[in-house]
Amino acid sequence: MSDVDVLVLGAGPAGMAAATEARSRGLSVLLLDENALPGGQIHRAVESRAAKDAQDRDGAALVTAFRASGTDYRPGATLWAVEPGGKVFWSEAGAARSITAGRLILCAGATERPLPIPGWTLPGVMSVGAAQIALKSAGLVPEGRVWIAGQGPLLLLYAAQALDRGGRLAGIIDLSPAGAFSRAARHLPRALMAPEYLLRGLQWERRIRAAGVPIRRAARIAAEGEGRLTRILVDGLPEPADLLLLHDGVVPNTQVTRAIAGCAHEWDPAQRCFRPVLDAWGNTSVEGVMVAGDSGGIGGGRAAALAGRLAAIEAARALGRLSRDQRDAVAGRTRLELNRQMAPRAFLDALFPPLPPAAIADATILCRCEEVTAGRVRQAVALGCLGANQTKAFTRAGMGPCQGRICGPAVHGVVAAARGVDPAGVDPFRTRFPTKPLTLGELAALAG
Amino acid sequence: MRQAIVIGGGLHGLSTALHLARTPGWQVTLLERRHVGRHSSGVNAGGVRRLGRDLREIALSVVAAEMWRNITALVGDDCGFRATGQVKVAESAADMAKNEERVRAVRALGWTHEEMVDQAELRRLLPAIAPHAVGALVTRDDGSADPMRTVMAFRAAAERAGVAIIEGIAVTGLRAGAAGSIVVETDQGEHAAERVANCAGAWATAVAGMVGEAIPCGVKASMMIVTERLPPFCEPTVGATARSLSFKQTASGTVVIGGGHQGRNDVAAESATVLFGSLAQAARITAELFPCTAGARIVRSWAGIEARTADEVPIIGESRAMPGLFHSFGFSGHGFQLSPAAGAAVAELLARGATNLPIAAFHQDRFKQAA
Repeated sequence: MSDVDVLVLGAGPAGMAAATEARSRGLSVLLLDENALPGGQIHRAVESRAAKDAQDRDGAALVTAFRASGTDYRPGATLWAVEPGGKVFWSEAGAARSITAGRLILCAGATERPLPIPGWTLPGVMSVGAAQIALKSAGLVPEGRVWIAGQGPLLLLYAAQALDRGGRLAGIIDLSPAGAFSRAARHLPRALMAPEYLLRGLQWERRIRAAGVPIRRAARIAAEGEGRLTRILVDGLPEPADLLLLHDGVVPNTQVTRAIAGCAHEWDPAQRCFRPVLDAWGNTSVEGVMVAGDSGGIGGGRAAALAGRLAAIEAARALGRLSRDQRDAVAGRTRLELNRQMAPRAFLDALFPPLPPAAIADATILCRCEEVTAGRVRQAVALGCLGANQTKAFTRAGMGPCQGRICGPAVHGVVAAARGVDPAGVDPFRTRFPTKPLTLGELAALAG
Repeated sequence: MRQAIVIGGGLHGLSTALHLARTPGWQVTLLERRHVGRHSSGVNAGGVRRLGRDLREIALSVVAAEMWRNITALVGDDCGFRATGQVKVAESAADMAKNEERVRAVRALGWTHEEMVDQAELRRLLPAIAPHAVGALVTRDDGSADPMRTVMAFRAAAERAGVAIIEGIAVTGLRAGAAGSIVVETDQGEHAAERVANCAGAWATAVAGMVGEAIPCGVKASMMIVTERLPPFCEPTVGATARSLSFKQTASGTVVIGGGHQGRNDVAAESATVLFGSLAQAARITAELFPCTAGARIVRSWAGIEARTADEVPIIGESRAMPGLFHSFGFSGHGFQLSPAAGAAVAELLARGATNLPIAAFHQDRFKQAA
């Protein structure tokens, strides 16, 4: 028997919408979120800021409805294991807890694809996502000579956000290969079903150009300094630097789903990442385990909220609150709107392809926790390692406290490129519970 | 050349293939359904231990210990082997009495590697041990090795010796072929050989079943924990006399904790699941024996599937249903140390039908006699 009808992981748009919808269908809901406040990454700290655009207004509306929904909301709670039968373990205020849920809706969001370059482990080099957290939650504007490098829409979005808050940028280094726009162009007509995505991108670019921030295209970048970053090399040419922010797009956060036995994942060739195999409602291949939002495939915040709603409606059906026909009728408009929100995806995926792993130099570190270089990984492949898991056992890449959360996509990409095979056929890191570190003492306290 | 096939790319299959390929006149092919070292061979605790073994296993374990001491000569790599000792901690007077009894039994057979130590010597060996520990049973030149590195070293050595390793191929049947040969049916065609070794671990009873031979053998999925790196505080591998624990700090500083606490296994799906309610026992025993570890962060846990016999001693012997087929499985959670010697023994069985290595006690017939 379950202790709660639905357990939701994550208080981003997908999780908040799922919890709110499930409560409106009469289900009891427990929501676990690592952060202190609801909103997720996209609507981080939205309650404490004045709404200034459509995205902020979306977020504020979601949070208000969620707060009023009657969900048992646990901020500061870290899920670390899921066992067969819906038993979930988490830590909250230094103590381990567990509960059995009728349905799990996992809304873990996205993580940044790593961009390993020479010197990326130096203090003074960080990811654009981490800088965005500091900007949104603490209002921290980057100081000194700040460079942003890589590819992807977040590069421009963060730059525009930082400039809006009075930040100054030395420049943006666009590492994407030329010709992406012409390759993406065939997807443009469908993308115009939701033109707001493209308009926002153009606005960001205008904002950056108006501030006089140079956008330079380059093929290679490196970070250098004694003990901390002092300069970057752009195609070999030095530029003084105090802060370098890197970004290569985002991928689904599959840390939890990959650790669930029997939960099937598939390679998404367009987004070049693994994602859980889901049906139209968000059901995974494991009974009772559902996924909504970016952790099931990148679609952005609006699509995530709609997918969260659909997952909750399906959970209500699975738990006997709705018949199939009722479910389909209730879901109709939400599904239509989700289709519209997903329309620009193929265009955006083609416009922002991730950087090729083959270009990573042998001496560059891939796994920061265990300091394993791309060359060591390629050596392991030469010795017969076929996939990321054998490579992990052989080189320790991905064995540190982050369990490959950071380096996983890079190690996988380098193994596939070194073998010269389709990445779809190369296994990604298996993750293992606890997917977030907990102490031996915390676990010991669970022993009766 | 005479043809042999080894089924299973775990450490026992690799070791058997390596030894046989070094026997003049033999061409060896190893078939592995997934990839080499996929299950317990690649993820076990890496204990290189004679201490506390079943009395029937000691002789083979002593041979294996000698091979581990010279492991580089065997496979061209040190496999991360360190002779840092194995210590079985006693937590009560009853534990001490049990240990004394054990030492007497081992010495009566002529072995001297197990030794009783008092509380002062235990503290010298394990400065971080909890104050309630009163003594221990010790084998000073036992130790541990790196499981995956060992697998890769055996693989590389086997390939250098001429073994053809085929991964991603599943054995689906066995039948008698022409002129006393055995035909191994796979999902990718057939292989014929004069001799076949069944080293398929948890799936070995299914292989025996392909020739109509029913060998009683269960499955286990022992769970393991690994922590973040800690400053060095413990050299030997540590167990406990009355509680299930295997504890070791690796050269990199991480602490690896096992002890046979069982997760859920699904042999058909080839997967094992950690059960945290039960794993919490291992965490509790660890925190009680080494209080300094209570704050250490767990970074990963896992379970590896392998075969477990009713008496927890392996099965090594020729099939009673198909001459030329030899079984080697059921190492029940402590086959890692035995693998260099067991592989040598099985290779001899394949090559000439007999061996001088001490494996007579392991034939599957013992279960028939019991029944």
